[in-house]
Amino acid sequence: MLATAGAAAPSVFSGGATVIAVGVLLIEFWMMRQALLRDQVRLYAAQSALISVLAVVVAAARHLPDLYVLAGLSFALKAVIVPIVLRRLLRGLGARGTSPGWTDIAGSGALSLASTVLIAIVVAAFGFFSVAALGIQSPVLPATALEISVAVVLVAFVLMIMRRDVASQAIGFLSLENGVSLTALVVAAGLPLILEVVFLFDLLVVAVVFGLLIRVHHGRAESLSTADLTSLRG
Amino acid sequence: MHAVVLLLLILPVAAALACLRVPLPAARALTAVTALACFGLVLSLVPAAARGDISALRFVRIDALSSVFLLATGFLYAAVALYSIGYLGQGRHEAGFDRYSRRLWAGLNLFAWAMLTAPMMSSLALLWVAIEVTTVISALLVAIENTDGAAEAAWKYVLIASAGLGLALLATIFAYYAGAQALGQSYDLAFGPLLQVAGRLPHAPVQLAFVLAVLGFGTKMGLFPVHTWLPDAHSEAPTPVSALLSGSLLAVSFYAILRFYQVTAAAVGPRLPRDVLLVFGIASLLLASLYLFGQRDVKRLLAYSSVEHMGILAIGMSFGAPIAVAGVLLHVLAHAAAKGNAFMGAGVLVRKFGTKRISSIRGGLDLLPWSGPLFLLAILALGAMPPFGIFRSEFEIVAGGFRAGGNAAAAVLIIGVTVAFFGLAATTGRMLLQPRAGAPERAAEPVPVPAGASGPPMAGPGGVPGDRPAGPGSARPAADASIPAVLPASRPTAPGPGRRRGEPSAWMVVPVAAGAVALIVLGVHPPAELTHLLARAVSELTGAAR
Repeated sequence: MLATAGAAAPSVFSGGATVIAVGVLLIEFWMMRQALLRDQVRLYAAQSALISVLAVVVAAARHLPDLYVLAGLSFALKAVIVPIVLRRLLRGLGARGTSPGWTDIAGSGALSLASTVLIAIVVAAFGFFSVAALGIQSPVLPATALEISVAVVLVAFVLMIMRRDVASQAIGFLSLENGVSLTALVVAAGLPLILEVVFLFDLLVVAVVFGLLIRVHHGRAESLSTADLTSLRG
Repeated sequence: MHAVVLLLLILPVAAALACLRVPLPAARALTAVTALACFGLVLSLVPAAARGDISALRFVRIDALSSVFLLATGFLYAAVALYSIGYLGQGRHEAGFDRYSRRLWAGLNLFAWAMLTAPMMSSLALLWVAIEVTTVISALLVAIENTDGAAEAAWKYVLIASAGLGLALLATIFAYYAGAQALGQSYDLAFGPLLQVAGRLPHAPVQLAFVLAVLGFGTKMGLFPVHTWLPDAHSEAPTPVSALLSGSLLAVSFYAILRFYQVTAAAVGPRLPRDVLLVFGIASLLLASLYLFGQRDVKRLLAYSSVEHMGILAIGMSFGAPIAVAGVLLHVLAHAAAKGNAFMGAGVLVRKFGTKRISSIRGGLDLLPWSGPLFLLAILALGAMPPFGIFRSEFEIVAGGFRAGGNAAAAVLIIGVTVAFFGLAATTGRMLLQPRAGAPERAAEPVPVPAGASGPPMAGPGGVPGDRPAGPGSARPAADASIPAVLPASRPTAPGPGRRRGEPSAWMVVPVAAGAVALIVLGVHPPAELTHLLARAVSELTGAAR
């Protein structure tokens, strides 16, 4: 905790902020093993909610009233509306399947869970230390949060690569965007609200399109697995 | 100017919405008129943009650089709108075709709108949003055929491109952080102010932002090794969409990279951005030109040619000499026209022969009196033969390379372009010139055929009714995305021996001919207004770097 925002010793604020950021990263790891589509979406909602909480904390501690609005909007959209939209779009996919909780996506990992997590840890460490080396300081949050946010982005890539089902890949992208939101909270807390709103709206459109394409995929492949997506090569 | 900007922002969206409601012939006419109007509006912006920046509505800023990319998109939008009239045909009565073509018309307008909007945005943040919107719209358009291949290509496209854009968003955030150090916390990432204070920006975040931007937007631009979605999406999309993807969408992503290049070169000097672009450019050029040799699918062939040309653009920017930069911008325009032509020509071949397999397409010049020669011209243009625009642009790029002292890179560029030309020419030569064997060999393995591309007979102007490739009743377009598996994903097709000479539709010839004329004009004698525009864009791009 060398690079805290204000003082040399970690304050309650910076410690709390770092804990929340670590929570976001841990949820990202959790997504590696989630076996049900429904739970995957719930994890995403929880991750988004954590980021909104962090935004509220920052808003209170640094007196940035815009961030309250952003936190509210971001919570409404990413923790409530996007999960509901995904739920609506993906409901019924499990009707043919066996699992009551939407479709089963267990065991879609390309490698075993342990290897995947090991790779993710290495990648996360790489992101953490390489960003730390850049020495980017933020006035609102400890730099540790920035380093963790980049680790979240990289682990999201591992998630998208390692899990071979369309649902986890879509959630992987959405959680990647969460990682970027965390980064934005650290280094771009003053970003004009209108731009943040545009970003959020854009995210909604992306989530809808992901949902539609998952439906198209499921309609043709009768499963959420991407194992059959190998016909186009060369 | 406000009115022009406003119309450009509104017209395509209005047309898209209307296409979902009005009768099909009206949708067709509306799209064509809108596209032509947009091209006219873009043209009318050129003289003003060549003199100075146009600002409007607080979030629109059009300078010479944006104008170049607007021209490329505007031209292709108009060409594709006309082409689609032939492509979507008339007088089809299959169930679902009405919905399919409505969606395609609306999608084309929306897609063109997003691509026209992107270069007009005044800030890096809105630029990112516009490019993300192009991704989601085009992903739906790639999936519209509802075949197995289309679903696969659309998924790979939307996932890879979105992940890339995630990195680009990170780049945007870091660019904001860098700018905030000089401009204070609440600025909106507009590049005008950002460029003015570029000298005072901290170096590390700017460098990080540039590398992330090249990786992120480079994914959409099709730079190796993050190009993998590109051949799939280009080959599985309907032909009008492929033409827009290749000629315009890739260029718009390149535009985003250029904006980051401008800021980075002004902040930390041109060395880093040029080196990064050089590495990606050389890798894309060499790999793509080698891939051109083994292709079996005509649209994949053209897709790899796009990767090659994007590599040329990146290499040209890495030279940095003004003449090379001028070549790059001219190349954007010429590539849009040439690649649009090539895809539209390939679309006619695919329709005529009922397959995308190169080995099943023979004697194209005999069968297609207009489209055959025009396709050949488009390929020659893509191979940088004089007198076409790409010859001039690549000549300028190479000259700039030697002038800037990048002899090795320029030599690699020449070799790569030559290899690519042989790859393209050999393959398309077989398709067009090699006479058809007396008994055409039956395709050994089933070939996926896009539903819309091999449909029932065309009765367009100049069309040849009854010129259908497959047996009657076997080709029912899988038009409705909500009805899965209407069309078996693969069915054997064989070019019938009794195929008659003639064009499927005059609408599929006229825009290609216009594109060929444009290519020759760009190559022989670009209009004075365009030269002024390019010169100003070059000074914008290099002025900060000096």
